[in-house]
Order: sequence, then structure tokens, then C-alpha cells
Amino acid sequence: MKIADQKTKAVDLVREALEKAKQYEDYHCFISMNEARAIEKAREIDERIAKGEKVGRLAGVPYALKDNYLSPEGVTTAAAKMLDNFPAPITATAVKRLEDEGAIMIGRTNLDAYAQGSSTENSFFGPTKNAADPTRVAGGSSGGSAVAVALGIVEFALGSDTGGSIRQPASFNGIYGIKPTYGTVSRYGVVAMASSTDTMGCFAQNADDINLVMDVMAGKDDKDSTTLEKFWKDQLPAAKEKKIGLITDFMGDGVDPEVVRCVNEYAEKMKKAGYTVEEISIPMLKYGLAIYYIVQPAEVASNLSRYDGVRYGLRSAKAHDLDSLYQETRNEGFMPENQRRILIGNFVLSSGYFDAYYLKAQKARTLLIRAYKEAFEKVDVLLCPVAPAPAFKFGEKTDDPLAMYMEDVMSVPQSLAGIPSISVPAGKTKDNLPVGAQLCAWRGNDQMLLSIAKHVEEKD
Amino acid sequence: MSITREDVLHLATLSNISIAEDEIEPLQAKLDDIVGYISQLDELDTEGVEPTYQCFDMKNVWRADEITEFEAKRDDLLALTTECEDHQIKVPKVL
Repeated sequence: MKIADQKTKAVDLVREALEKAKQYEDYHCFISMNEARAIEKAREIDERIAKGEKVGRLAGVPYALKDNYLSPEGVTTAAAKMLDNFPAPITATAVKRLEDEGAIMIGRTNLDAYAQGSSTENSFFGPTKNAADPTRVAGGSSGGSAVAVALGIVEFALGSDTGGSIRQPASFNGIYGIKPTYGTVSRYGVVAMASSTDTMGCFAQNADDINLVMDVMAGKDDKDSTTLEKFWKDQLPAAKEKKIGLITDFMGDGVDPEVVRCVNEYAEKMKKAGYTVEEISIPMLKYGLAIYYIVQPAEVASNLSRYDGVRYGLRSAKAHDLDSLYQETRNEGFMPENQRRILIGNFVLSSGYFDAYYLKAQKARTLLIRAYKEAFEKVDVLLCPVAPAPAFKFGEKTDDPLAMYMEDVMSVPQSLAGIPSISVPAGKTKDNLPVGAQLCAWRGNDQMLLSIAKHVEEKD
Repeated sequence: MSITREDVLHLATLSNISIAEDEIEPLQAKLDDIVGYISQLDELDTEGVEPTYQCFDMKNVWRADEITEFEAKRDDLLALTTECEDHQIKVPKVL
């Protein structure tokens, strides 16, 4: 990563990123730019460097911010009409930590509204185009951030991952993405989706850059009581864990043969780098998606109840009394997918269905976590695809929510178990579309995954 | 379990979302698909299994009972509302 110093000017780094952002405007990575403020901050950093003052570990590094992180520059929209004029009164802890180390936000990136979706087509501001093939989706929900890194506009970008929203777009655009152990990075100041699986992570072109950004963001935050004590170290550990389990349940029916080929080739690269790869079956994983589409909508229904048109955000002009204020605001301000999730969430939580759906899912979640624990007694790392197929064409799945949910089938089980999982570039299909491999480990072993990925890349 | 038109209307009321008449039928079909899919958990035996609501099994996480300065000022927060008078948020009449 290029960091400002006596030779490299922060202003040049920021200007270059802003120019590239303009050059690739057609891809629609960004919802809003932060040009004036970014250049001003870069100048401040250059002045401090010129004076010989100490600057941060990310001094002058331009980055892109998923537009569901709150910060006072401009507005934070979460790509929803509900918030399209919301000047955030607070700053997300993750953003504050990056800015304290000198990183400079150049713009806010596109997402599926409220981070709900797997293609970035569900944005109030229109979709983002895939970096490798602009006729295809970026993946999602952190599609804008993934494409901004893949196109080389910025060297890193923030995303959030509740069920695959960093990993799947990383895979679709051929870059690295991390969903860390639950609780690694504070959720404070990020628009809440499903609180028990919301994790904050990032995209970059290599494992070392991911490591640096995560090291800056990770650690306890008094404002998020679920954050863990900092376990992240500045250096990646040596890649000494050697036993890899290739999940056969995700390599068969319903998975694109080109995806299977790329992941198998990645497994071969791992063997070449000295790892043992054995097949492992975890039948419980196939229930992950059904569990997730009960737990997550239930949490969405609760978290999105705050958008009522009263305190902030949109207020419908159609309102004539308090009830219609709520109902019309929530009809206008949410995208159809947000509404479906709220309805499903209230269904699984409603009297008469709570035990059969919500409670059942939370019990099944316990079984899923047990299955992971057993698997990690046999192997150090699990390997599988990130998604069943490469990036799809625009509109292909927009009218079929269940088909869109299937995108998440290989990424949600890890989210439910709170374990770390990274997406690494594994190859390309015959149509030249990027395919990612997913590496997962038990909680707290995030850096082990990065060091293995780095090692495999070096030995290739 | 299949989702009826009445279910959709009931869920819309619970969710405080108004739904246009012509949206009800397509929504009913989509919700029915989703509920059909998630019902596959019926296959699992979860007898005697404890639910997991939070991965790390955290109990109460306490902080010191001290007043701290909040980063936003009252006026900044009230400025986010559509209608405000004398530091009070205004809404349409309830009754």
C-alpha cells in the first residue's frame, strides 16, 4: 500500500484516486464524493510530514467507505430513500480509527439498501457494474466498495458482512475480502441490519493490506458491548497450520462447474505450497441458509422499526395522522426487499409461529455451531467456494428473492457461527469472470487465514 | 404452512407498512416461496437443544455508571427531524 512520506505526497495519492474515480464513473461505485475535504486533509498530512511530525500508519492513504458507515462528511444514505438526506451526527468507531491513522475517505460507495441484497441492484441510486464485465452485477451488498478496489481507484475500501456482503462481491470482482470473527471491529455508527451477525471488514488487493487495515480498526469499543478484546497483531503469523478440509457439500449439485474447477485448482495450489487438503462433509451446512433467512429477517424487522418518520430520515407527505405517518413513510422509504424482510421477520416472530420458526432456527444454529466445532477438530481450515456461480447478468434474479438468497448459501453458515472467513482470488471462468475461494477457521484465527492465503499466493 | 392474503395484510399491520392493493398478490407469492424454503428446518431434530441468540454467549456487559459527553449536541439531533418546535418533535395528531 502506498503511504505518504517525504517522497510520496498525500495530495498526489488523493488526487490520483479522485481522477480514477471520475474515469470509472460509469461503473457507479460511489453514491457521493468527498473531494474537497479529502484534498484538505491530504494537505494537512503533507504539511505535518514536511515539518517532520509523526503521522499515522495509514497517512494519506485514500479509501472508499461503504455508505452505511456514519461520518460527518456529507450524508450517510445506506442506499435507501429513507436516509437520502441524512447528515450523520456521529462517527463510526471504525472510521474514527482509520482517520486517526491518517486514512482519507474519498467517497461513499454503493450498496443494496440497508445492506440487504446480493447484487447491489437493490440500491435506491441504481446498481454498480462488475469490474470484470460491466454487463454483470457487482455482487453485494458491498458492491461499490469491491468494484472501487478491483478497478484500482483505491487500495482499500470498507464493507460490512452480515451473510456474505463482503465475501461474495470480493469473489465476483477478483479481490481479497474479509469477514472477521464476530466482534472484532466495533459496529458503533454503522447502520444496523442483523445485529447478531453484522461484522465490519474490508477489501484490498492483497493479504498484507487487509491485515494492516484490520489491525487499525480491531479492538474493544465501549460503544459496542459485543466487541472483543483486541486479538489482532500487527504482523501476520507464520502459516504453520497445515490441514485443510475441502467442503464436499458445496462442490457438487447446483454449483457452476467453472466455480468447482477454480476452487479445485486453488486446492491444488495449496497442496503445492505444502498443505494437506482432504475432503470433508458437514451435512448440517445445508441448513445454514434456512436458519439465516429466519434469524436475519427477525433482526432486520427489529432494527428497521426505528425508521418511523419521526426523529430522522424521510417523513411521508401523505401522512394525515400518526399511523399513516408510520405506514406511508415505511412504504416510501424502504425498497421492496427491505419490506419483504421486515414482513418475514415479523412473521417468524409473531405469536403462533415464534416456536416453529424463530426458536427452531436458533436451536438449529446451535447444531450448526457444534458441526463447525467438530470439523475444526479434524482440520485447521475449511475451503469452499464463496458463491455457487460467478457474477450474473443484471435483472436475472431481481424478481425472484429466493434465487437471490441462494447466492448466500455458502457464506451465511460462517456468519451464524461468528467465525472468520475470507475470500481470495482463485481464478477465472472461461468467460473471464473472477471466482473466489473461501477460507474459514475457528473464531480468532482470522490472521492465520490471511497468512495462509499470502503463502499460497507466494508459492504459486 | 402457506401464506394467505390475510396473512400479508396482518403482517403489514404488524410491520406498520402500507401496501398497495396491486402489490398484495405478488408479495403473497414471494413470501410463500420464502416460508416454504425456511420450513425445511422441520427435518431437524432440535429436541433438548439450547438456542443460540448470540454467538459468544456473552452475559451482561457492564460499564461504569458515569455520565459521559455524547459526541452530538441536542440541537444537531433535533435538526434531523422534519418538524420541531421548542425542542419538541412534532407529529400529526394521534386522536
